[in-house]
Amino acid sequence: MENNAFKSRHQIRAQKDRFFKLAVMIPSGIVVALLILILAQVVIKGARALNMDFFFKQQKPFGETGGGIVQAIVGTMMLLGTAIVAALPFSLLASLYLYEHRGSKRAKMLATTINTLQGIPSIVIGVVIYSWIVVPLRSFSALAGGTALAIVMLPLMTSMIHASLEMVPPSYLEAALALGVPRWRAIIDIILPASASGILEATSLGVARAAGETAPLIFTAFGNPFLSLSLKGPVSALPLVIYEYIKSPYDDWHQKAWGAALLLVLFVLILNMLIGSRKKH
Amino acid sequence: MNDRRFNALLGFAALLIVFVFAGFVLTLVVQSLPAVKQEGAAFLYGSEWNPVTARFGALPFIIGTLLTSAIALVIAIPLSLSAGIVMGEYVRSGWLRSLLNTLINVLASIPSVVFGLWGIEVVIPLVRNLAVLFGAPPYGAGILAASLVLAIMIIPYMSSMTREALMNVPAGLREGAFALGLTKQEVVTGIALPFARQSIFAGILLSLGRALGETMAVTMLIGNATRIPDSLFSLGNTLASVIASQFNEAASDVHRSAMMGLALMLLLITMIAGWFGRTLMRKGASAYGK
Repeated sequence: MENNAFKSRHQIRAQKDRFFKLAVMIPSGIVVALLILILAQVVIKGARALNMDFFFKQQKPFGETGGGIVQAIVGTMMLLGTAIVAALPFSLLASLYLYEHRGSKRAKMLATTINTLQGIPSIVIGVVIYSWIVVPLRSFSALAGGTALAIVMLPLMTSMIHASLEMVPPSYLEAALALGVPRWRAIIDIILPASASGILEATSLGVARAAGETAPLIFTAFGNPFLSLSLKGPVSALPLVIYEYIKSPYDDWHQKAWGAALLLVLFVLILNMLIGSRKKH
Repeated sequence: MNDRRFNALLGFAALLIVFVFAGFVLTLVVQSLPAVKQEGAAFLYGSEWNPVTARFGALPFIIGTLLTSAIALVIAIPLSLSAGIVMGEYVRSGWLRSLLNTLINVLASIPSVVFGLWGIEVVIPLVRNLAVLFGAPPYGAGILAASLVLAIMIIPYMSSMTREALMNVPAGLREGAFALGLTKQEVVTGIALPFARQSIFAGILLSLGRALGETMAVTMLIGNATRIPDSLFSLGNTLASVIASQFNEAASDVHRSAMMGLALMLLLITMIAGWFGRTLMRKGASAYGK
């Protein structure tokens, strides 16, 4: 009798266990299916738009089919280049500050600021850069767009570079100091090279993050139907093209929006994969 | 170059970053003053937003922001917790785990505008059919479409943070529980989840911060209508989406200033969510130390 009660309780527990497993596996299956669906659609719909013209020709006038999005590809390169030039030195210096002053009140304040910056919605960055750069220069520009993207990158890169600096064994620095090397030389010649791969990783992650940002570009880079190489003028960008083209009434442009989406996703994924493969080594 | 100059250079960069952030807040405060002066407190609770008559009440957008994020959380929490539990408890190694990890990472890196594009082509027709079924106006775009895509977008963050929280539960606790004869389910719901609850909740808050500030996908899917949403199928706007869709077209200075005010509100709301999230995260992390 007692034995039976025990057995049935055991069975109930085993059943609950199986039920729980099912209850978490099914939603996870839904998540996985959704993710695969989204990826598959981007690849399939995007691949249809890809041809030589897509990469090398400019946008055709409204309503005409054909042409390409070279203006957006070049624009994205310009924006990301500007952003890296602006963000890399500052994130290096700021992460070195965190490294050199670790534990101090000021370093904690800087770390908090960087965390908060990281949480700022990117549209807010766009609005502020608009009033800082676009209004005084009286023109939308690649410069403004690049600056906005730099502020998107900066907090991410700083915290990643700081983490990689902290991974360098302290004995490296101590050995250099013991040999009489000035501290700043030891940092530049020993610590920085030792974390070079971390810095590279942070930079590519920063680029990957900024490449897909649209919101900070709408009021800064603005977009441009023509290929432009001027930093002082408005430029197009891949995410801007997606946003603009899908709103248009033309099927050809819708298809190009998917093509641009595929290009963007591939670019971001390749950058992420480079990081992943480095980590394994 | 010497140590002092080197340190001065580092200090300069650090100070500049702090100034940039302070400048952000200051710029938004100063630029939003004209609109705040004109509207007073009604800027926060006024329900009329009309650039033509120059009335600027942000209530429809505040409600739109909170509503879409809340619905997204309701959808995303069960899915993300499940996925996090599976990754953190059931498949801790092997190919299935790397597949799940890769998929989640890939999804986390897909730009928001691509989600918007996907939503326009897939979610909007779906919601339109649903609306017809429920006898609602068949816009397709609206609160529901935006919330659905928002939910999908925050799933990767929430589930990977749940996984991390569960992976950090000390192995001894789990082993002890198994040794006492507890089933897997009892270990997860009785030991692991309660132990990791602060970190999991922090993950939810940080995801909320992302959802509140998310712009592009929402702008493309919410229908951009200035009204207080009265149903799931209603068109609407969030703080972020109204800035994205109206800022460049702002005709008057007050309109632009009002938009700066919206940006300030958005900044404050996401800062509060982020601050709570990080504080909880620290608390959760310190619990592991005990």
